[in-house]
Amino acid sequence: MNIMTWSSLNAGVATPEIFLLCATCAILLIDVFLSDAKRHISYVLTLAALVATGCLLVAGYSLQPQLAFNGMFIADPLASLSKLGMVVGVILMLVYGRGYAAVRGLFRGELFTLTLCALLGMMVMASAVNFVVLYVGLELLSLSLYALVALQRTSSRSTEAAMKYFILGALASGLLLYGMSMVYGATQSLDVFVIAQKIAHDEANRLLTVFGIVFIVTGLGFKLGAVPFHMWAPDVYDGAPTLVSQLIGSAPKVAAFAFIMRILAQALEGFAFDWRSMLMVLAVLSLVIGNVTAIAQVNIKRMFAYSTISHMGFLLLGIMAATPGGYAAAFFYAMTYMLTAAAGFGLIMLLSREGFEADQIADFRGLNKRSPWFAAMMLIVMFSMAGIPVFIGFFAKLAIIQALVGLGLVWLAVIAVLMSVIGAFYYLRVVKVMYFEDPTDTAPIAAGADAKLVLSVNCLLLLVLGMAPDRLLTALTTALQFSLHPGL
Amino acid sequence: MTGNLLSLTIWVPIVAGLVVLATGGDRNANAARWLAVLGALAGFLVSVPLYTGFDTLHGGIQFVESTPWISTFNINYALGVDGLSVLFVILNSFTTLMVVIAGWQVIQSRVAQYMAAFLIMSGLINGAFAATDAILFYVFFEAMLIPMYLIIGVWGGPNRIYASVKFFLYTLLGSLLTLVAFVYLYMQAGGSFVIADFQRLPLGMGAQAMLLIAFFFAFAVKVPMWPVHTWLPDAHVEAPTGGSMVLAAITLKLGAYGFLRFALPIAPDAAREYAWVFILFSLIAVVYIGLVALVQTDMKKLVAYSSISHMGFVTLGFFMFAGGTQLNPYAVEGAIVQMVSHGFVSAAMFFCIGVMYDRVHSRKIADYGGVANKMPIFAAFMMLFAMANSGLPGTSGFVGEFMVILGAVQVNFWYAFAAATTLIFGAGYTLWMYKRVIFGDVANDHVAELKDVNKREFLVLAVLAIAVLGMGLYPKPFTEVMHVSVNDLIWHVSQSKLQ
Repeated sequence: MNIMTWSSLNAGVATPEIFLLCATCAILLIDVFLSDAKRHISYVLTLAALVATGCLLVAGYSLQPQLAFNGMFIADPLASLSKLGMVVGVILMLVYGRGYAAVRGLFRGELFTLTLCALLGMMVMASAVNFVVLYVGLELLSLSLYALVALQRTSSRSTEAAMKYFILGALASGLLLYGMSMVYGATQSLDVFVIAQKIAHDEANRLLTVFGIVFIVTGLGFKLGAVPFHMWAPDVYDGAPTLVSQLIGSAPKVAAFAFIMRILAQALEGFAFDWRSMLMVLAVLSLVIGNVTAIAQVNIKRMFAYSTISHMGFLLLGIMAATPGGYAAAFFYAMTYMLTAAAGFGLIMLLSREGFEADQIADFRGLNKRSPWFAAMMLIVMFSMAGIPVFIGFFAKLAIIQALVGLGLVWLAVIAVLMSVIGAFYYLRVVKVMYFEDPTDTAPIAAGADAKLVLSVNCLLLLVLGMAPDRLLTALTTALQFSLHPGL
Repeated sequence: MTGNLLSLTIWVPIVAGLVVLATGGDRNANAARWLAVLGALAGFLVSVPLYTGFDTLHGGIQFVESTPWISTFNINYALGVDGLSVLFVILNSFTTLMVVIAGWQVIQSRVAQYMAAFLIMSGLINGAFAATDAILFYVFFEAMLIPMYLIIGVWGGPNRIYASVKFFLYTLLGSLLTLVAFVYLYMQAGGSFVIADFQRLPLGMGAQAMLLIAFFFAFAVKVPMWPVHTWLPDAHVEAPTGGSMVLAAITLKLGAYGFLRFALPIAPDAAREYAWVFILFSLIAVVYIGLVALVQTDMKKLVAYSSISHMGFVTLGFFMFAGGTQLNPYAVEGAIVQMVSHGFVSAAMFFCIGVMYDRVHSRKIADYGGVANKMPIFAAFMMLFAMANSGLPGTSGFVGEFMVILGAVQVNFWYAFAAATTLIFGAGYTLWMYKRVIFGDVANDHVAELKDVNKREFLVLAVLAIAVLGMGLYPKPFTEVMHVSVNDLIWHVSQSKLQ
């Protein structure tokens, strides 16, 4: 057993997390002394804390992995880049949701501190290399999200969604923990690298580990919202305030990707043969059921929920490939999907106003006549999600298809693209109501200039990244190379 | 300057489209129109040097540009044209100019968006014809669906929403399978998306057959070949006049071009083996769809079906390459001539129908009669285009069909015989429609109020008429550009790629 000393802690590696924690506590305290009229001070402080965290991440970026806290915590490029993505996702959520939260009485201290706690949980998830720490990060995220979903206390739909989310999420956490304990039993270790080593040396009990993997994959399936563990997703997306739906639908997907990398690709790589087939089933089911069910939705938040399920299917296909190319494709998919989903929810909030949620597809009717600019932005988001070039979603799908065909899994690639055609149908429907129909709602768009500006940049980024995806793709690929095979 | 001529043909219209879009709402409609014409004219002018500077003696890929685009996947921004594609870049830029002028008055709502959609689409189509990297081709090929979807859906007829969604999903399904095929070829080629590498790649029969099926889905839908043609009558009928013109004149050609660029050279053995399937489908298109056109009561639908029938000729010509004892460039060359000619003729036919529709707001043949009494100039022009559509000697329609039939005779007399029936059916449905609409007594009050073509319409009709007649009387400028490239292609596909 290592003896804990200050130097062996190497806490400097976790500077962004430590800073974020301090900032969260400070904001919590400051907020208590602010009157409602001065609530924007907490908002600005929160944004400042997020930007500072992002700067710390950029400043501390290094291709060489660094361990801390006696090998429980790692700062490698995979962690740093995904954390950067999460910080961006959370900033987008707060900027888009400011007006939305203000008119609904959600612009309160809890919103900021819970969001920051959720971010901290995600960051721990991305950096943990010990099963218990991974679990703690996940729980920190989940508990913050349960509370955020229920933020609108007077709304029965929100409360119902929060209850559903909580019960199913707790069940999933239990399954995950159970699976982790089995792997611990099989390998006598909680450390990701030690587990990998034991498996490589064939010192792990095979039967027990495979059982553990079944439970772990089930738990992950719940958290990702992959079919058949997806039941919570539509109700939660629909019931939660839209800014919380945006949070659930964007940044945690990146965290989940990093989390899966740690557990499956790093710790349990030796059992790839076993978890690959499990992920394949989840992926194909998610693609089929997600896309087909999305067609029937009239509520755009529910539609996004089902479309997220199908996108998670694509993401799982990349991980399922279990090759460097596949992982990189999935990482790229997670990051770009985060940006796309954030923009999608942002546009819903842009159209909403006091007493009006804009959560029906029909609420987008005739948007081209009301605001050609934002109709074009929504068009970009929809076509990007549908995977039409030259938007970024196309290259994300291309990378996944490439990974699959490289393994000789052409049939899987064909299923994936056929499902994309079905997916294109419901995305096209949104474009259809915006462009081909006349508006029923003529109220001016109420959102603030900050949200409009950031949203426009966000959407244009989907186009710009689509025209020049090389840099991001290379960065993510290199990051994964250095993270998964630090020796090379 | 010639170094990036192809990039100019792509980006000039796209940038012009964005500028037009920036003029905003319909208050500035006139500014949008003028900017659009200038943009389309600039786009056409930068495409002209492609023809004048084209080295017809050596063929091969010319005006080459290549920059790494996505290094992770070794995707390049690689452009170049050979004799197979150069004409279509010019034809496309030309058609866009016609479409912009044609939509001058007709389109009164959201003018800027309409013009911008056509300009942007023009750039994307040029990109698809000029791309020598498979993914780049795919990006342009598919991105083009977005403006077309909006054009049909926003400015189309009563059933536009159904038609636009059908158009989009039909073509998307086909092209996504091609994407998988491209990625498969990329893996086989050792990490290269260069189309020429795909063409050199030795492949087994099984792989070739699968690839041919994937390409069939993408390109046959686009052409469209029977039995995947059903989106076209819907899309054509519902699209605004400009949309129909571009669809018929250009995007159908892109499907045919896909066969020439991908299907035949990449899977030549499978293409030879299964040529009979394609020949059968083509002949069904020529004969059966010709008969279907005969019974249409809607003018636009009639011309739409006639397009399918004429495109059947094109695919027939392509798959004649394999049949004879010696190399058979006539049929392929004839098919390409037919593609260009059909580009002019179908655009002109749709424009003629558009002219009448703008006045009477009906496409039904029964709502017309005796138009010649009121619109003599228009009637004269339409006569010419109707003749060209039925393949009368002296018009561009004749040259291509004659060459394909000539090629087909060398392969199999009965193919040629079946194909030649189009000369009868084509004349039947086109001239019969012409007779019912244009001749006779003035049928009703609407027709009685008709005014003859204005200057703008006259300009479009005259330019198209010159093109149709010029190509019919002196096709050499068109054939000599493609001659070397077609021979190269025929030679290439005559070689077996089996290992």
